[in-house]
Amino acid sequence: MGTAVAARVPLVDYLVLEPEPHLVAQECTSCGARFFDHRVACANCFAREFRPVDIATTGEVASFTIVTFAAPGVPVPFVAAVVDCDGTWVRANLVDVEADPSKVWLGMKVKLSTFPLGTDSEGTEAVGFGFAPAE
Amino acid sequence: MASGDVWILGIKMTKFGKRPDDDTVGLAAEAALAALDDGGVTMQDMGVLAAGNLMGRGGIGQALQKQIGQTGIPVYNVANACATGATALRTVVMAIKAGECDMGLAVGVEKLAGAGLLGASGRKKDSDTWQPQGRQGAIMDLDGRVGTENMPGTFAQVGMEYGHRYGGVDFELFARISEKNHKHSTLNPLAAYSKAMSLEQIMNDVMIAYPNTRPMCSANCDGAAAAVLVSDAKLKTLDPDQRRRAVKIAASVLTTDPYEPGCQVLPDVNTLTRNAAKQAYDQAGVSPDDLDLVELHDCFATAELVHYDNLMLCPEGGAVDFFKSGAPWRDGRMPVNVSGGLQSKGHPIAATGIANVWEVCHHLRGEAGDRQIEGAKVGLAHVIGLGSACGVHILEKAA
Repeated sequence: MGTAVAARVPLVDYLVLEPEPHLVAQECTSCGARFFDHRVACANCFAREFRPVDIATTGEVASFTIVTFAAPGVPVPFVAAVVDCDGTWVRANLVDVEADPSKVWLGMKVKLSTFPLGTDSEGTEAVGFGFAPAE
Repeated sequence: MASGDVWILGIKMTKFGKRPDDDTVGLAAEAALAALDDGGVTMQDMGVLAAGNLMGRGGIGQALQKQIGQTGIPVYNVANACATGATALRTVVMAIKAGECDMGLAVGVEKLAGAGLLGASGRKKDSDTWQPQGRQGAIMDLDGRVGTENMPGTFAQVGMEYGHRYGGVDFELFARISEKNHKHSTLNPLAAYSKAMSLEQIMNDVMIAYPNTRPMCSANCDGAAAAVLVSDAKLKTLDPDQRRRAVKIAASVLTTDPYEPGCQVLPDVNTLTRNAAKQAYDQAGVSPDDLDLVELHDCFATAELVHYDNLMLCPEGGAVDFFKSGAPWRDGRMPVNVSGGLQSKGHPIAATGIANVWEVCHHLRGEAGDRQIEGAKVGLAHVIGLGSACGVHILEKAA
C-alpha cells in the first residue's frame, strides 16, 4: 500500500490532467467548430452533437497584452495571451516569462504548463494552466 | 413623392466630463430638450421614444418622460453595450420606416465619471471546497488566471492580433494614434479632456494593459446625447430652415458578431464591423472614398487601428500605412475622430452612439466652428459594443 495520492482538480473542466496535462475542446460533429465551454448547439452550424478533441500542447503567441491594472484581487502584472495551438486558439496566461514587453513577442513558441493553485479544506489541490516559453 | 428616407431634424450632445451636480435623468433631459429645440419641435410631435442607459436599472425612457413630457407614446428602453446609443437611434429609424410614426426621439445617457475599470466582475466564494461552476466548470474566477476579461486587456489583444497578421505595430504606433485624438480634442469645447498630449507624455503615462497607457483608453465620463428623427414625407411639410439643417440618414445598420473560429477566445470585433460597413456603403450608395469624415469607436488606441481596416478606409492589411500616411489627421485625406474620439472627448457609454452622429451632423451642417471640416457632405459614425453589437450610420448633408 502506497501513500494516498492527493486528489487534484483542474481549474476548468477543459483542462485534463491525466495521463499528461492537456486541453480538450468540444468539437461540433457536423462542422468541426471547437468550443471550450459547453454549448447547447453549435454557434456556427446549429448542429447539436459534440465530441471531445485533444488540443495540441504547443503553439505560438497570436496576441498578447501585459495587464498592469486589473479588478481587485487579480494579481498584476501578468501576461495574457491568445495561443494558436495548431489552428485552435486558446486563451491563457503566459508563465515562466517576465511580464515585460521586451521578453514576449508575437509568434513566440510556447508549450502548455500546469501548476498548483492551492488546496481546499479537504486537501484537494487545484491545478491551473498557462503557456511557457518552449525554448 | 416621399422617398422613405429618414432624416435627423434635431440633435445635440451635452458637455461630456465630470457632471457631479447632474443626475442621470437630468443629463438625458438636457440632451433631449436641446435636440427638440434644435429641431424646432416639442414632445407633442414625437411618436416614439427610444432610450438607453447601460449602468442604470432600466426604465430611463419613462423616467425621462416624467421630466420632459408624458404623452403616452411607446418607449423602447434599449441596452446593447457600447452600441446602445446607435441602437436607440436605429430603433427610431425602424419605427419611422415601418410607418408607425413620422417623428421620434432617441436618447442615450450615462453617468460614468470615476467608474474605473470595466469588464470584469469578481465571484463570491461560498464554499471551502472547490466547486466547478458554469459552462467551463471553473473552480475560481478566471480573470487573471486564464488570460484577461477586462476591456483594456481585451482590446490591447485586438490590436496586437492585427499586428500578428499584418506586422508593423508597436507601442509607439498606438501611442501616436492617441496623440492624434488628444490633439483633435483641443478644438472641441464639449470634450471631457481637451488638452493636447505629447507622444512622450502618452507613452510615459500609467500603463493599463500593454500597449495601452491611460490616455490611450476611453475616458469614463458623464454625458448624454439625443436626436429627433423625421420621415421624408413629414420633413417636406416643415419650414425651409428646418429642412435646410436636416441631415439625411443614408444608412442605418446594426450587426452582431457571426461565428468565427477563435471568437470565444478573443472577441472578434472585426467581422461584424466589416459586415456593418459593407451593408452601410451599399444602403447609402457611397464608397469609403466619398466620406469627408469618420467618427469611429476608438475605445482604445489599439481598437482605432483595426477599424481603419474594418471600415475599409484602407486596403485590407493596410491600417498601419494608412495611419502613417497622415490620412486620419484632421488635415489628412480621411479625417478620423476630429471630435477627439472616445480617448479624449470621452465615452459615456450609452451616449456615444448618438454623440458621434451629432459630431458628423455638426460638420455636415457647417456648424462645427474651429474644428469644421470644410465642405463636408458625407460622414460615417461607428460604434461597437463587446458581446458584440456594431452600429454604423452614414449621414449626408441635405442637397
